[in-house]
Amino acid sequence: MVRFLATRLAGMVGVLFLVVLFTYAIFFALSPDPAVQICGKNCTPELIDQIRTNLGLDRPFYEQFLGFLSGLFVGSTYGTGANAIDCAAPCLGYSFQTGQPVLEMFEQRFGVSATLAVGAAVLWLLMGVTGGLVAAIKRGTWFDRAATGAALGGVSIPNYVLALVLQYVLVVKLGWLPFPQAVPFGDDPGQWFLNFVMPWLVLAFTYASMYQRLTRANVVDTLDENFVRTARAKGLAPGLVWRRHALRPALTPVVTLFGMDFAGLLGGAIIIETVFGLNGVGKMAADSITKNDQPVIMGVTLVAAFLVIVGNVIVDIVYTTIDPRVRIGARA
Amino acid sequence: MTISMTTLEAETGGAPSIGVAPPARRQGVWHHLLRNRGAVLALSYIALVALMAVAAPLIVKVSGWGPYEFDQSAIDPNLGGLPIGPLGGISAEHWFGVEPGSGRDLFARIVYGARTSMLIALAATALTTLLGVVFGLLAGYHGGKVDQVVSRVMDFLMAFPALIFMIAILSALPASNRAPLLVLVISVFGWPYLARVVRGQTMTLAQREFVEAARASGASGWRIVLLEILPNLRSTIIVMTTLAVPGYIGTEAGLSFLGVGVVPPTPSWGQMIAQSMSWYAVDPMYFLIPGTFLFLLVLSFTVLGDRLKDVVDAGERR
Repeated sequence: MVRFLATRLAGMVGVLFLVVLFTYAIFFALSPDPAVQICGKNCTPELIDQIRTNLGLDRPFYEQFLGFLSGLFVGSTYGTGANAIDCAAPCLGYSFQTGQPVLEMFEQRFGVSATLAVGAAVLWLLMGVTGGLVAAIKRGTWFDRAATGAALGGVSIPNYVLALVLQYVLVVKLGWLPFPQAVPFGDDPGQWFLNFVMPWLVLAFTYASMYQRLTRANVVDTLDENFVRTARAKGLAPGLVWRRHALRPALTPVVTLFGMDFAGLLGGAIIIETVFGLNGVGKMAADSITKNDQPVIMGVTLVAAFLVIVGNVIVDIVYTTIDPRVRIGARA
Repeated sequence: MTISMTTLEAETGGAPSIGVAPPARRQGVWHHLLRNRGAVLALSYIALVALMAVAAPLIVKVSGWGPYEFDQSAIDPNLGGLPIGPLGGISAEHWFGVEPGSGRDLFARIVYGARTSMLIALAATALTTLLGVVFGLLAGYHGGKVDQVVSRVMDFLMAFPALIFMIAILSALPASNRAPLLVLVISVFGWPYLARVVRGQTMTLAQREFVEAARASGASGWRIVLLEILPNLRSTIIVMTTLAVPGYIGTEAGLSFLGVGVVPPTPSWGQMIAQSMSWYAVDPMYFLIPGTFLFLLVLSFTVLGDRLKDVVDAGERR
């Protein structure tokens, strides 16, 4: 187990390093000069040079990249002399647009993204996994047809289209819900719920549909397996066959998917946050990209990659407990 | 393009090929598909959109308005450019109404938008299939070091926060001619999903007797891979590819929706929906029309993929 974890962690660091390197290199090579952007209207060549020196943009690629990396671990200092700014580790730099530390921007927005992700995850697991299980058990009944049909629609409708339709009907036409705003739970739990329920539903519907399809297909496949037939043939009660033999292998892929999806959402639901104007990490990513705010883009990419990779490792660990076919350390 | 097209042609023609599968089964796939109502409806809609894409200039001639023509008489300047008339200005003149603000004909933009969607999705599918099959075969047949390298690259790409990265790259690149870039970016992140399956099946097939027989009779590695293994992967590749197409259509629309896809004034369905966001409360038709077209296209490809998978699976069980 220790060895397994060590290899996984090493692989994780490697992938993260490559993600950072790729993103950094692409921005270094392709994007317009940020110094010119920051400089604005009353710009002189001297001022541009000054900004370049302050941000370290005049140094070669590898030096800038190493500077960014060391900022992550030991912090870094911007500028020189009296107006130098210390950025403590983990330093993600400062936004070119607002001058705010990127890490602070994360802290302010992470709550909204986390609220979205957790609420939606609860909904989609309930709807998707139960829907898939019941559909598989009652294969061919009206419930199966209804759930499978709904899921087919759900995976096909782009979530921004669904978001616009719901917003038009529920907010504009019927006035049942407010235009979503990120009301903190502590301020007013009722309003908090009313504001988040529509984004939750939209996010959850897409995922629930995918999970319904996956769960149903897996359970149906597992029930055809020889070990389930054996369990039945030896006279095990149907409930026990389900719980002890069919459910576990059928749900392992669902666990994998959930780890990645949930981790990905924590890193910001770009489209949904943009459509509903919720100020989470996803909207921050979208905004920073349109404004070419490189430190923020780097930060978001890095954190998103980190979350997805950590999610993967957690999934691998969970695997070993739920699926007896996966045995770590035991070499066949 | 080449790979998916030739395999599909082989499918319809039923011409005797070197494949191991008997020709009867291949005709059976079409036979079963065409007897399924869902699959027929899906195929019809896909054919309709394909026709719109191919014949766009002709269709627009008939409907009377081009995708870039502004019709100032169809919008009301006193209401901030809202279309005149009910349902977003639907009339005999403008079949789907007009774009608020500019008065461009929505029908023409839908028709031309079909071009963007289909072209990008098909090109991305072709490139992804090519990459996925080549790398999957390479890793699965050679094993050893080659397999290790390919597998690590696949792990890396699949662990990547692809959407953010796609947006980041596309926004950093110059805005001219985004279509090829979209295809490239989608394919780079898309091929591992096919390659993983192809690799696994190749590894199994490489152990089979007929491959051993071919090797014993002195066939070269290339010959074995192309003539013995590849034909056996055909149904897997076709099914996985069909199931992947709706994802690519959605990705293109999503990226255009976020403003890093197809650059205006070239129309794309996703981009139209993005522009409709500031008008959705007063002119719901503006997002409902492209939204419905997009939804139905993704739905059709999903249904087709599902049915194809069912038919192929059933064929294998027989």
